[in-house]
Amino acid sequence: MSDSLKKKLKLKVSAINDGTVIDHIPSENLFKVISILGLERVKSQITFGFNFESEKMGSKAIIKVSDVFFEDDEINKISLIARNAKLNIIRDYEVVEKRIVEVPDKVIGIVKCFNPKCITNNEEITTYFNVISKNPLDLKCKYCEKITHEHQMVIK
Amino acid sequence: MKKDLISITDYSKEDYLRILKLAADFEENPNQRLLEGKVVASLFFEPSTRTRLSFETAINRLGGRIVGFSDAGSSSVSKGETLHDTIRMVSNYVDLIVMRHPLEGSARYAAEVADVPVINAGDGANQHPTQTLLDMYSILKTQGRLDNINIFMIGDLKYGRTVHSLLMAMTEFKNPIFNFIAPEELSMPEEYKMFLADKGIRYFEHTEINDNINHADIIYMTRVQKERFMDPIEYEKVKNVYILKNDMLKGTKPNMRILHPLPRINEIHPDVDKNEKAYYFTQARNGVFTRQAIIAHILNLK
Ligand SMILES: [Zn+2]
Repeated sequence: MSDSLKKKLKLKVSAINDGTVIDHIPSENLFKVISILGLERVKSQITFGFNFESEKMGSKAIIKVSDVFFEDDEINKISLIARNAKLNIIRDYEVVEKRIVEVPDKVIGIVKCFNPKCITNNEEITTYFNVISKNPLDLKCKYCEKITHEHQMVIK
Repeated sequence: MKKDLISITDYSKEDYLRILKLAADFEENPNQRLLEGKVVASLFFEPSTRTRLSFETAINRLGGRIVGFSDAGSSSVSKGETLHDTIRMVSNYVDLIVMRHPLEGSARYAAEVADVPVINAGDGANQHPTQTLLDMYSILKTQGRLDNINIFMIGDLKYGRTVHSLLMAMTEFKNPIFNFIAPEELSMPEEYKMFLADKGIRYFEHTEINDNINHADIIYMTRVQKERFMDPIEYEKVKNVYILKNDMLKGTKPNMRILHPLPRINEIHPDVDKNEKAYYFTQARNGVFTRQAIIAHILNLK
């Protein structure tokens, strides 16, 4: 296959001239990712697809957002539900940067503490967790010291 | 940077030993006016007469003055003021805050908000570090050491915060052995057992009190509370299994002592009280010296 043909095929896949492609999202979390990133409020063109076959994860979803470039702390948020997501930053049809989303060592804000008796659920306080396990995700609240497990996680 | 005492694991072994040494010094000579001219806030957002009296006695013996309240009903909190605002205000007035609050994590949050040191006198089911230090002082006093202690923890080991904190603190010392006696539904949580296993510390689990306690240096009793059981029949089955009676103590070691954070309900039969191995009332008295020591440590008074 010639280089120009490859490039044409790639163009078809990315199909945006400037923006961000988020790849390797678990299909079942696609709509959560859309909501966490607030994409329903974005005015520019967005395409997404899910149930793509993936060797690594079985079934994956992809989001392509034109003219939007995400800040690190926004991307932090999706790392909690899309552990292996990859970002391709596109400028003028070229992938100019690839970023891997990783679970940070600390999660500040974003997640609610599962403990209803925690001070953070009773007063206006930014939550703060130390990540004590990344897979499965275990978050230890700095305040009440209780562990919020992955299946109890609620995004704020 | 200011020192606080929020969680027992915030302190190192060196901190523990320094505080225990100071406690012995205050026991020898309880009236030392090191807090002369200083004001301490005693903020009890939920009532706990025992802990409050112990702290306030400690402050008085140090010559300090006290402001505060003994339950939230009599304070601005009942008018809906946030913890944040109460602490910001009080922090302007005093040199030290002693705080008890029903919500978990409230003490660490208060320490972040306050410019002055905060001592956690209990934040819900989470932490009560001054209790742990007085427990350690009681062990040191009765055994002459904190290394090589065989501790039997009996009763509610699932929700009992005092046993969890004591467990964490004692693992800082050499070669502890833990024995847990609890009904299955109130057994020691996995995370603590995993912590011990990771550190290579020996522990044994039992479901009844029998001559296994003959190995104990310390028996640490806690209450088995009815409200912890989903099924009242389960409670009826176990409630009389975890009662310590005097005739059970016959084969125990001469140095063995019985601790209990108090108040007790029925888990230690009154016939144990006259046994010289019953230490829980002296343990409560040790609380005053230990709290004097903690205050002196935090404010660098000694
Ligand atoms: Zn919490």
